[in-house]
Amino acid sequence: MQTLLRPFAIKSSGDLARIGVILALAGLILFGALRYDNFLSPFNILSFLRYNSMFALIALGMAFVIITGGIDLSVGGTAAMASVVAALLSPYHWAAGLLGGMAAGFAVGALNGFIITKMRIQPFIGTLATMLAAYGTGLLLANNQSVSVSYDTGFTVIGQDDFLGFPIPAWIGLAAYVLGWLVLEKLPVGRHILAIGDGEATAGLMGLKVERTLAAVYLASGTLAGLAGVILASQFGAGQPTEGVGWELFAIASVVVGGTLLTGGSGSVGATLAGALLLAMVFNILNFENGLGWISLSAYWQSVIRGAFLLVVVVLQAKLMARHRAI
Amino acid sequence: MTTIETPAPQPSGTLSSGSRLFSLASRYGTFVAFLVLIVFNIAVTPNFLSWQTLNVNLTQVATIVIVATGMTLVIATGGIDLSVGSLMAISGALAPMIFMGQFWQVDNMAFAVALAFLIPVVVASLLGLFNGLLVTRFAIQPIIATLVLFIAGRGIAQVMTNGNLQVFKNEGFQFIAMGRIAGIPAQVVLMIIIVILASAMIRYTVIGRQIIAVGGNEKAARLTGIPVKRVKLFVYMISGALAGLAGLVVVARNSASDANLVGLGMELDAIAAVAVGGTLLTGGRANIIGTVLGAFVIQLVRYTLLANGVPDAAALIVKAGLIVLAVFIQQRADRH
Repeated sequence: MQTLLRPFAIKSSGDLARIGVILALAGLILFGALRYDNFLSPFNILSFLRYNSMFALIALGMAFVIITGGIDLSVGGTAAMASVVAALLSPYHWAAGLLGGMAAGFAVGALNGFIITKMRIQPFIGTLATMLAAYGTGLLLANNQSVSVSYDTGFTVIGQDDFLGFPIPAWIGLAAYVLGWLVLEKLPVGRHILAIGDGEATAGLMGLKVERTLAAVYLASGTLAGLAGVILASQFGAGQPTEGVGWELFAIASVVVGGTLLTGGSGSVGATLAGALLLAMVFNILNFENGLGWISLSAYWQSVIRGAFLLVVVVLQAKLMARHRAI
Repeated sequence: MTTIETPAPQPSGTLSSGSRLFSLASRYGTFVAFLVLIVFNIAVTPNFLSWQTLNVNLTQVATIVIVATGMTLVIATGGIDLSVGSLMAISGALAPMIFMGQFWQVDNMAFAVALAFLIPVVVASLLGLFNGLLVTRFAIQPIIATLVLFIAGRGIAQVMTNGNLQVFKNEGFQFIAMGRIAGIPAQVVLMIIIVILASAMIRYTVIGRQIIAVGGNEKAARLTGIPVKRVKLFVYMISGALAGLAGLVVVARNSASDANLVGLGMELDAIAAVAVGGTLLTGGRANIIGTVLGAFVIQLVRYTLLANGVPDAAALIVKAGLIVLAVFIQQRADRH
């Protein structure tokens, strides 16, 4: 009986968490709008979107990986390496930088897929190793220092300019999320990904191409991380081989806050975006609060608050799941 | 070697030659790699056979081994502890604050130094207990439960010190890293004691057996009356305490505590040492000596590359390959 009910219980608690994150995001925006004068100013909104699009991209890839029951710890290292590759290629053509960075991410994703599906190594440890390898490669290519990008080929437009009044990184992020939503909700492969997360063996018995789907998911995650690296290089004018530390954890936190269960088999693209925005919003609000002058929290508080946030969410998630399992 | 496994005996006659190769590689691979590295260095690296080389390698590996010992216990129960590096930062930040009188006036330096050893380790073990509570009470997956302190822990250390470097000179406190006992660096002695205690615990004590049982088959362990939750709380506490201790060694060695850097990336080194050392990451085994060898192999690889002019970044790639290879061989050997 319990096993029969389990899928439903998990799904409904996931739904609750998803509604929760959207409510929390709305509440936070309302709080900010009422409390700070310039919170809803175009400048704040646009710079918020410009800066946080990279993290949203990585969180999207991570959501897919986590829905399959895996994890991708290599995204931060991949983004760092891709930013170096993009910066090195940017003098030739802006597209060379863009495609080169994405290709670097694609390569790490392919390696992850191979290690996980062919060598059958747990995603956690396999992507931990490729994270090290990606950092190492980035540092080697960059000679241990940041590589400045070319300002002559228009490469910096990708990260710094606007299109129709919105930052280009935000458009890229939006496009990726729409595509991700289509894949997960509307295409057969989305069902396959969910089924694999529910149980690889069963999915295989149903005739789904488990290995190929898994490999594709890691490819997507790697490529998105590569894209984030391109934006990083373009936005800050340099490929940064030591950047990206802890990005994977930010992405995991976004996915978890978005109500996606780490056990796989369920998850939502929209709620992941809400989760990423929510975590980013916390910093934004913190900056404003500092600006008011009532409190003076150093930047170091950010990670404390981020951790506390994650704690509250996972504990709530666990409680919800326990309650649903008990019913 | 102190390998204790959940029983899965198989007549060796049924093994195909390929899988026998894997099982041989899994049993002796790390040791062989260690020997090969030593021989290679003797042949190639100038001045390898010197006290200085030995000292450098031993002192650098000591903190990894100390943390990795706790990690081995956690992994043996089927868990993982990502928070070790952050806990090192917290304990490393606390200790100088105590003996430099930032919390209260220091009247008696010996007493203050004693507290500077004690309090950070206790705090770190309590934070480990917190990890354990998240894992047991709320049934949160260990990787996420310890992610909380991984993120927040370093922030706490940075907030405590305001991100400033704490520079100090305190002979009593720094004995843990600078001192020598019978000519051996104190941190190496500390490492040896911890390894011996942990090995003995796994081998000869009830709790040691219970750790293996919990990781081998949690449900079965619970049904046989093993206090699964208490065992898990225990290993996370030990892991926290050892991380705290390692944090003290690091700041004492540097004569400075930098909350931004102490223990950074240590969770990776520790997990890598455990994986290379032959403890299955899925739990049910605790090969402490293997972990020590794993840590030495990783350290020696790095040293070999650096001593021969290969950049540190390349060492990262080699380390990555090493982890994948080690886990691959382990799992292959385990499946047969």
